[in-house]
Amino acid sequence: MMNTKTLAVEGLNYSYGKKWALYDIDVSALQPGMLVGLIGPNAAGKSTLFKCLSGMYQSQSGAILLGEQSLAELSLRKRLKKVCFMPQFFSTSAALSVFEVVLMSYKQLAGWSVSAEDRLAVARALDLADIGHLADANIAELSGGQSQMVSLCQALVRNADVYLFDEPTSALDLRHQLEGLTRIKEAMRHRNAIGIVALHDLNLAARFADHLLLLGNGRLLAEGDPDNVLSQPVIGQTYGVNIDLLQTKEEITHVSAYL
Amino acid sequence: MSQTKNRSIEDIKTGDSVQKIAEQYKKYSFKRGILVALALLMLIVFVVLDIMIGPADMSFFETLSIIFNPGNATAQEQVIVWDLRLPVAITALMIGAMLGVAGAEMQTILNNPLADPFTLGLSSAASFGAALAITTQISLIPGVGIFLVSANAFVMAMLASLALFAFTKMRGMSAEIMILVGIAMMFSFNALLSLLQYGASEMELAQIVFWMMGSLVRASWEKVAICGIVLAVTISYFMSQRWTLTALRMGDEKASSMGVNVKRLRLTALAWVSLLSAIAVSFVGVIAFVGLVGPHIARLIVGEDQRGFLPFSALAGALIMSGTSIVSKSINPGVIYPISIITSLIGIPFFISLILARRQRMWQ
Repeated sequence: MMNTKTLAVEGLNYSYGKKWALYDIDVSALQPGMLVGLIGPNAAGKSTLFKCLSGMYQSQSGAILLGEQSLAELSLRKRLKKVCFMPQFFSTSAALSVFEVVLMSYKQLAGWSVSAEDRLAVARALDLADIGHLADANIAELSGGQSQMVSLCQALVRNADVYLFDEPTSALDLRHQLEGLTRIKEAMRHRNAIGIVALHDLNLAARFADHLLLLGNGRLLAEGDPDNVLSQPVIGQTYGVNIDLLQTKEEITHVSAYL
Repeated sequence: MSQTKNRSIEDIKTGDSVQKIAEQYKKYSFKRGILVALALLMLIVFVVLDIMIGPADMSFFETLSIIFNPGNATAQEQVIVWDLRLPVAITALMIGAMLGVAGAEMQTILNNPLADPFTLGLSSAASFGAALAITTQISLIPGVGIFLVSANAFVMAMLASLALFAFTKMRGMSAEIMILVGIAMMFSFNALLSLLQYGASEMELAQIVFWMMGSLVRASWEKVAICGIVLAVTISYFMSQRWTLTALRMGDEKASSMGVNVKRLRLTALAWVSLLSAIAVSFVGVIAFVGLVGPHIARLIVGEDQRGFLPFSALAGALIMSGTSIVSKSINPGVIYPISIITSLIGIPFFISLILARRQRMWQ
């Protein structure tokens, strides 16, 4: 069954106690199959927005709509089946293998037996991310980049309508950054799901995103086509830098920032 | 993964490499099942050995026949096996399993491999309760009769865990806060215990010290039944939480992103762990290292997927206690050494070798 649900945010507010983290966020309907880049400086509210979208945080006001349905009506478990959130890091000393943790995500913490089909689904995800050789490895002994690939597998092995990736490439080398985002983009297109990726690297955002959201100080400052958003002066103001826009040979916008 | 290949997870043909990864895991889970079965078999042998060893000589198969065929045994053999040795052997097994499970889940919810059921001051509280019974004869539960010492130890351990509960509810449920409050509680109860010991008579002092060393001699069928019920209930609960507990080991944020209610899980698990440890310590006294080392053995052998980790921790704890019971009778026939001494003497070298093995892995 093809997913055709859009994702929209209306008047979302969130505060940690008295400290407001998100003000009045309105995001117009994001289309299925789209890869959305979420950009903004540190502490802009990117992770908070993800946690509100996934339901881990309950927003003080506002609505999040997946298709016609308000996500607030769902139980957390049901909601997390539709909205898959991948935190930036996991840190652990656990004696668990890569296969076990991807399986855990695939089974969504339910069920007793592990069928042949389950095993194949996990194996496929590991093979896709090219970490099949690590299947037996202990997750506590992985490098930062490897564990990020494992996290990516944990997300892509699931079958959700919306995927939220918090800095999925922060620990990856150049080639793996490109490969990781390519896998995410392909998977979103293929499943007709919506992927939102928080990125610090504006050039990666320019290269991969179909749509950009710029957050600054808890507000949505700009939204739209990447070339359009990146060319606005608000980018430089938000990050507190000067920006030159260049065009690469592939006609992709390249952002050059300086103080 | 190369740029020329344009694959998505749905496109991948289930090729050889995928089959191989899936096969590998299937083999691994089969191996894990075999290891659990082997540990179970070993435990049965240990229990029979435990029953066999004692002043009245019996062979392995005689012992088996008396256990499974009591009708054919003499009255004396029946008394020795069924009334004297079996309750002790089964208590050893159950207490070991309880401490193994409690340790495994304590380490899981506190995200700390050094935690054991007594990290949070439960054994100190229990010892204080027992000393209170021995020195003042004050009963915290009226009408318990001969169970005075056990009952007081139990009540104190549960009060300590209630206090911990209240603190963590007030100040947030992070593992660090729980450990800090637990350590504070341990020192408080140790101080109170010292106070009682300071004022105690020589006779009472000897009793307190002996109680704290731990002994299986206090075993009875009633205690076996209580342990059995509590163990069955707690293991069912932990098994029902097998995935969430495993997920918790990935860190709080990762676990909650998968839908685990981290706070509630921590509190509920803490309640069951407290019950397990309080009952264990009030029945047989303070037993060191089983709750710490049992789960470590399980972790080394089957890893931390709770589907293997939990049963194996229970089995490892039971094996250590059964082994200890055998050793405590065999060193010097006729004398039964306090078990806590044995578990510590075996536990410390074992523990150090574990740490060294771990260091070595980190250097490689």
